[in-house]
Order: sequence, then C-alpha cells, then structure tokens
Amino acid sequence: MEKFITLTDTAVPLDDENVDTDQIIPARFLKATDKAGFGENLFKDWRFDKNGDPNEDFVLNQDRFSGSILIAGNNFGCGSSREHAAWAIKAYGFKVVVSSYFADIFKGNALNNGLLPVQVSPDFLHKLLISVEKDPEEKFIIDLQNQFIKIEGSAEKEHFDIDPYKKTCLINGYDDIDFLTSKLEAIEKFEQKRKAIEPVPQETL
Amino acid sequence: MKKTLFDKIWDSHVVESIPNGPDILYIDKHLIHEVTSPQAFNELKERNIPVFRPEQIVATADHNTPTQDQHLPVRDLLSRKQLKELSQNCEENDITLYGLGHPYNGIVHVMAPELGITQPGMTIVCGDSHTSTHGAFGTIAFGIGTSQVTQVFASQCLLVEKPKKLRVNVNGKLKKGVLPKDVILYIISKLGTNSGTGYFCEYAGEVFEEMSMEGRMTVCNMSIEMGARGGLIAPDQTTIDYVEGREFAPKGADFDRMTAYWEILKTDPEAEFDQEYSFEAEDIEPMITYGTNPGMGIKLTGSIPVEGNKSDAKALAYMDFKPGEILLDKPINYIFIGSCTNSRIEDFRVAASYIKGKQKAENVNALIVPGSQQVAIQIKEEGLDKVFEEAGFTLRQPGCSACLAMNDDKIPEGEYCVSTSNRNFEGRQGPGSRTILASPLTAAATAISGKISDYTLTLN
Repeated sequence: MEKFITLTDTAVPLDDENVDTDQIIPARFLKATDKAGFGENLFKDWRFDKNGDPNEDFVLNQDRFSGSILIAGNNFGCGSSREHAAWAIKAYGFKVVVSSYFADIFKGNALNNGLLPVQVSPDFLHKLLISVEKDPEEKFIIDLQNQFIKIEGSAEKEHFDIDPYKKTCLINGYDDIDFLTSKLEAIEKFEQKRKAIEPVPQETL
Repeated sequence: MKKTLFDKIWDSHVVESIPNGPDILYIDKHLIHEVTSPQAFNELKERNIPVFRPEQIVATADHNTPTQDQHLPVRDLLSRKQLKELSQNCEENDITLYGLGHPYNGIVHVMAPELGITQPGMTIVCGDSHTSTHGAFGTIAFGIGTSQVTQVFASQCLLVEKPKKLRVNVNGKLKKGVLPKDVILYIISKLGTNSGTGYFCEYAGEVFEEMSMEGRMTVCNMSIEMGARGGLIAPDQTTIDYVEGREFAPKGADFDRMTAYWEILKTDPEAEFDQEYSFEAEDIEPMITYGTNPGMGIKLTGSIPVEGNKSDAKALAYMDFKPGEILLDKPINYIFIGSCTNSRIEDFRVAASYIKGKQKAENVNALIVPGSQQVAIQIKEEGLDKVFEEAGFTLRQPGCSACLAMNDDKIPEGEYCVSTSNRNFEGRQGPGSRTILASPLTAAATAISGKISDYTLTLN
C-alpha cells in the first residue's frame, strides 16, 4: 500500500449530504474483475448526462476546482459495501476525503486503500467549504502524523481522530493482510480452544 | 460484568486485542458472491497466499444473474465473465459454490439462513452490506469491503474495532396490515440514515419477540440503512424452530447441545448500551419513502415534509415530488417484490393473499422475484404462482434482480417503482429510475389499483 504522511493541495468541494456509494460508482460498473479503470466512472451519473456529455453543474466538471482533496458533505459513503467506491475515488486522483461523518464500511474501505478519510466537525467542514468556494486556489494541509487539517492561508486548523493502528499502517504503507498472516499460529490456537469448549460455557460469556 | 448479546458473541470470537487498536475477530462463516470477490482472489494469487479455511466459506451467484432462462448461457458478457471467474476461483480453492441452476442457489442472505448455514452465536461476514440480515438469528453479521474479503480468505479473521452498542425497543401490538418492513422503515425515518454509524444495533421488545424469522430478517437487513454495521435479535424458540431440520443445521445430540447454548445468548438484564431508543408499536403505520435515501419515509397516508435542506430539495427534484405533497393516489407503472429484504416465502404469501382473485391494473408492470430456488419451489408448492400469474404478475427466477439492476431487470428512466428492496438511491434500479420503498403488501396493493392506495381500508 502507498504511504501517506502529509499532503498540501487544493480541494474540490462536493457540498451534498448522504452521498451513497451507488452514486460514487453505479452498480452497472461493478462487473469488472480487476481493480483498474474505476476512476473514469467515478460519479458517472452526476458527471455526465444521458448523452455522455459532461454535466457543467457538477463540481468535477468545473475547471476552477482541482486537487487531490475531496471535501464532501455529512454522512459520505453510505449504502453498499462496494470497495469499488474507494477504488474509484483513489483512481480518479483523490488522496483525502474530508467530511463531518463517514459511513463505517466506506471509511474502512478507504483506509484499506490508502485513501485517508478525515472526519471534521460540522463547523469546520462549513469553513472548509466556504474557503474553497471563495478561493479555489486555497491550499489545505493534511498532516497525518500530527493529526490535523489546516487551511494554509489562515489560522483555521482542526485536529482529527484516527485509529492508531490504521495510522501506523498508512504512514508505513503496511496493510492488514500482512499483519493477519503473521498471526496464523495464534489463530489456529484459538480455533483449537474454541472447538474444545464449544458451545462456550455460560461462565465464559 | 453484565454483558449485552453483542458483547457475548463478539468477546467469544476475539483471538487477540491489539493495544490501542482493533481486535482480531474470528469469523465462523464467510459468504461470497461474484461481485466483491474477484479482486480478493486476485490479491491472494499475487501475494501467493492460500485460502486458510475454505470449508468455512460458501459461495453463491446472485447480483448479476438473469431472472429468465437461467439454463442458457448468460447473455451479458461482463456478467458471464464475472460468474465464470467465481466458479473457477471456487474450484481452485476448494470452496463450495451454489451457482446458477443449483437447487441451493439464491440471494446470499436468503439461501444461507434457509439452508441452516446461518446459526445463532456465529460471526458471519460477506462482501455485501446487507449481511446484517443474518443478525435475525442472534449472530454478529456484517458487510465488508473486498480488502477485508481478502483478509478473511487469508486468515479467517478480520481486524476490526469493536463497535458501540445501540438498542432499539419496540413494544406493544402492531396494527393490522403493518408489516416488519413498515417497522424498520418507521425506525429509520425517525432516527435518520446515520444514526447507527459506529454501532451494532440490538432490536428488542414485544414486536420483535412476536415476529417471524422472515420478518426479523427484513428488519435486520435494513440496519445498514440507518448506518449501523449490523442489527441482531436474541435467539428464542422461534429461532430454534426455524433452524431445526435445515440442511446444514446441527442434528440430534449436536442440535440439543447447540440449543442449550443458543438459549443463553441474551442481553443480561442490567447490561448497558451506549445509545437506546424506544418506540410504541401503536404509532407505526404502513410506510413509503418519497426521497433518495431510506430515511426519507412517511406513513402511506402522510405528506412529504415541508422543511428540508439543500440535499432534501435535490432528492425531491430527482423524484419529481413537492414538499407537502401526498403520495396516495399517485399512479405507478412498476412494482417489484424481491431483494434480500423481502423475497422470502412469507413475503410472497402476504402479497398473494391480497392479490388472490384480483387483477393487476393495466398500466402496471409487476415483477415477482423469489430470493432463492427453494423459495421458488415453495411458491409453486403452495400454488402462489397461479395466484400471481392469474392476476397478471410476472414471476421470475431467483436473484438480486431489480434491487440494484446489475442484470437486465431495470426500471426505465423517469418511471416510479414501488419496490420491496432496501434502497431508493438515485438510479439504483436503473439510470434515472425512481424508487419508492414499501412492504410487499403496499407493492401488491399498488399493482392492483395502479396507484399508491391505502390498502388498510379494505382489510377485514
């Protein structure tokens, strides 16, 4: 997995709540059997009209916005568990998604693919959205080591939380599979123990 | 310490806890399907890692599969390729597959419970958010991403942080004509689509105690729609009776031994929850949704809320509805009874009991899709197929179908569909389609009258 330490870049605002993974990558694009090519279908039905022409109202089609940070509204990534949503966002070129709330499965999928979900307060999210709308050239600093997000040209800054284990993984480019396969012996021991006591006696519950 | 049902199951499956980090959670059953597994198998191959416990994995083909002419080769080439890869991957890795045409084939969340693969006290995962369905049996069951599918392949474990605990209590008696789907749509409409984020939800109270297993599955299925990782209901005699005698359920002395264990899987009386909500059954009426997320629900006879934010306005624009509008008498051209939420025999029984002796309205295309081969057989055995056919409904072969429209079953752009599925997201049932979520009874009544109607007025 790609390492993530710190990022300073401009952002794209997607000021919409409850963006579900069916919008991020519609189901008809889930027929692929490898991870390639999802970027071009990111937000397909919002980005393009039915004739395949770019929808000028949609933020990804507006030239004034650019950068590898997506600033999204509350409850981003709800709905289906499809990891294709995280692959599509990453493949399009985003490295960070900021929101005031992430759906659980999406958050996990993002972290497993080196896409950093940064959860901020609703107030700070509002400040970020105003800032990027006002000046699309404004840069934002995301510092994973010190767990803060800052508007570069102002004093506005907020701390964000992240699971310490996941933080270590991202900073070092490790993933859970490396970790779990190093634990197979303990897992086998657990299986033996479970077999011996199954069903688990009441006192151990 | 007093424990909740969730604590009891979770804690007994923890291999190790990482200090300041997640738990290594042991997974009893891993269910897979064609859409979210190919990249996981590829990853294993690339890393040269074998599948650790193939005997604890069960595969089915459901998302992509056609609902007509299943004996013929699948026409959509991409779907055919994905289904073929599933077969190859299962064969290469010694994984049991109930593919198209197999008597056990069906939607993963329908076939596993009916075969007795799902049993109380288990941990179950699948690369599908509606894995929460299996919680109806008192299991910890949740949807995972493809990277996590790879993790379970490699180690039969997941690295996960223990979610917080939420309890939703519904006490009292449901009114006549109020179905389990109405109960969960009501709960989500009251709590919102992210109320459950970070939680595992236990459903408790008289309403769930008196509910059938099918009904409990419908409720737990939609836990994810309020953001919860999963929902669960304590196993009881209803659960034990349902599991007994099923193909892969324990038999004889093993069954008795397991039953003794299942019976103690309950939340201790003084156990604490991080969050708790209570509702009265009497307040729940038949529900429908008007927007583009499952939380945007109102009672069948109600009106669309007038106050809303920018996202709500966008949803109403997509649906072509107005604030304050009443949906009753709205003409509807499509209905769909199916999906992992409502494609079990009980759903078709309740629909057929309303439809019997009636004719569907001419303008309506009515699609009936059983959740599994076994449900399809039950429909025939009980003569429900005749009821549907005589009323002009189209009975198809099992699969996910028009819930997410990965196969040919799509709702055309701009059309409304009263659907028993779980999601009314933009374009979910096909690009530009407009979904109104409801129970099988509401869908059946809509098909008969050709418009959304208050069927409770005609119930005896």
